[in-house]
Amino acid sequence: MGKTLAEKILSAKSGGEARAGDIVIAKIDLVFVQDTTGPLTVKQFQAMGFDHPANSLKVAVFLDHAAPSPSQELSNDHVFLRDFARKTGSLLYDVAKGVCHQIVAESLAKPGDLIVGADSHTVTAGGLGAFAPGMGSTDIAVALGLGKTWFRVPESIKVALSGRFPNGVYAKDLILHLIGRIGADGATYKALEFSGDATSTISIPERLTIANMTVEAGAKVGLFPADEVTQHYLSANGRRADYQPLSPDDGAIYEQTINISLAELEPTVARPHAVDNIALARELKGTKVHQVFIGTCTNGRREDLAVAARILKGKRIHPRTRLVIAPASRGVLLAAIKAGYIQALLEAGAIILPPGCGPCLGLHQGVLAAGETCLSTANRNFRGRMGSPEAFIYLGSPATAAATAINGEITDPREAI
Amino acid sequence: MLTGRAFKFGDNISTDHIIPGRLAHLRSNLSELAKHVMEDADPTFAARVKPGDFIVAGTNFGLGSSREHAPLVIKMSGVSAILAKSVARIFFRNAINLGLPVLLCQTDNINDGDELKIDLKAGTIQDMTSGNQLRFSPIPEIMLHILDDGGLLPYIQKYGDFKL
Repeated sequence: MGKTLAEKILSAKSGGEARAGDIVIAKIDLVFVQDTTGPLTVKQFQAMGFDHPANSLKVAVFLDHAAPSPSQELSNDHVFLRDFARKTGSLLYDVAKGVCHQIVAESLAKPGDLIVGADSHTVTAGGLGAFAPGMGSTDIAVALGLGKTWFRVPESIKVALSGRFPNGVYAKDLILHLIGRIGADGATYKALEFSGDATSTISIPERLTIANMTVEAGAKVGLFPADEVTQHYLSANGRRADYQPLSPDDGAIYEQTINISLAELEPTVARPHAVDNIALARELKGTKVHQVFIGTCTNGRREDLAVAARILKGKRIHPRTRLVIAPASRGVLLAAIKAGYIQALLEAGAIILPPGCGPCLGLHQGVLAAGETCLSTANRNFRGRMGSPEAFIYLGSPATAAATAINGEITDPREAI
Repeated sequence: MLTGRAFKFGDNISTDHIIPGRLAHLRSNLSELAKHVMEDADPTFAARVKPGDFIVAGTNFGLGSSREHAPLVIKMSGVSAILAKSVARIFFRNAINLGLPVLLCQTDNINDGDELKIDLKAGTIQDMTSGNQLRFSPIPEIMLHILDDGGLLPYIQKYGDFKL
């Protein structure tokens, strides 16, 4: 009987036949924490009596959510985590480096890996074919100490993609459409596995955007096969040896199949205060926006800044709208400077923040006031997410964000390109 | 046997409702952080909740972030169990890991303020106010063991490994 991607990876890592519904203990390749969940993880790790992570593990510590720190309290957390990383010989990605999920994709994740991170968007690495669920601090503490943890092998939902994205439509529109279709709990406890003819035309940055938001449908993981597109990405990042092909078996059993024709998609937006509260960008024309935010582990990559820069080059943003941009990593920022994107964005009126998460979770920089509306390329629009609980957050693609910044109201990007 | 009052919430209560990211600077100061429990869902909750009380919610409780501080501040508030129609995956594991029971059941007929009596072993919820009796879905065995030991920290301290 054939296996899904989830069953294949968990079988390999547990050394047995892992089938949907089984509980398995599986060996982990990479464990990581970030600065808002790491301190509790380390405290639990120490309280369990561990002093060193399991030898088999790669361990990474990211200071990205508050980068650089806006308060003494968070600075103390940073000192604590730097100290832990130094004492344990863990990889430390300090405040200049960028968002954990982007760096995991650029430098650490491999197809077939089992990765656990103390952050819900750990699922992003599924874009490279890694089984990568997010977990809480105590689970991560155990994973650190033992180099393994328990999993319930998830049932898988197949998302079969066909056709090509029309002009002005992107990976973000696809994943928002999917979440709108199945709901914010439509894939709870399950794996969302992407396949179909269109997969080979979807780049790794796009796959990362899609995998990143699978957790917004409740999924445990989002998984893409590893193919020539993956091989090309890893080679371009100097990691040719990290590639291995990975695909589900013929005859794998899926709980259901969802077919999506990319050609039928339109620019899509999630309305306040739920990610599955979906509308088309053109239906929201006239919605005034005070701030546009482009960045995050969802849409802060070079390709996203390229799309925004193309739309904004030679134009000015609306005088009553702020445009806040946070590149996902230093590598992204450097590439965007080299390509001229940053200059185009600055000349259009943008604020460029250091690489990091900040505004996405209302931690610092670009915090919203009561009554303000933001259109963001991030992954969450819950009440209070970006500051005041009386603020309103819409989610869209970098193209929708750029077109919206120019008009000061939600705009279908096909009007601007 | 757990007894207390029901605090009723709706569907899709996210970890941002429970403890928002704007309070990230308080995460290493738990007693201060805990004063804000459920703030964006009900700003009066922290002042009214008493030890033993229950959070009773609709579907997809605890969606969003992996922050374990969300179930942690709920536990610190004295809540003895969360009852919901469904719960997000990471939150579910986190709550059990902290020794906080999450019980999946039909919550539509439980009203705000109802007195509840819950028998974890028997799997029953008695609504003393309405007289209704409910059952909750069985908790996976490995999670029951973790819950029995008071959470994953004491479990690992005791066994040093997972016992399947």
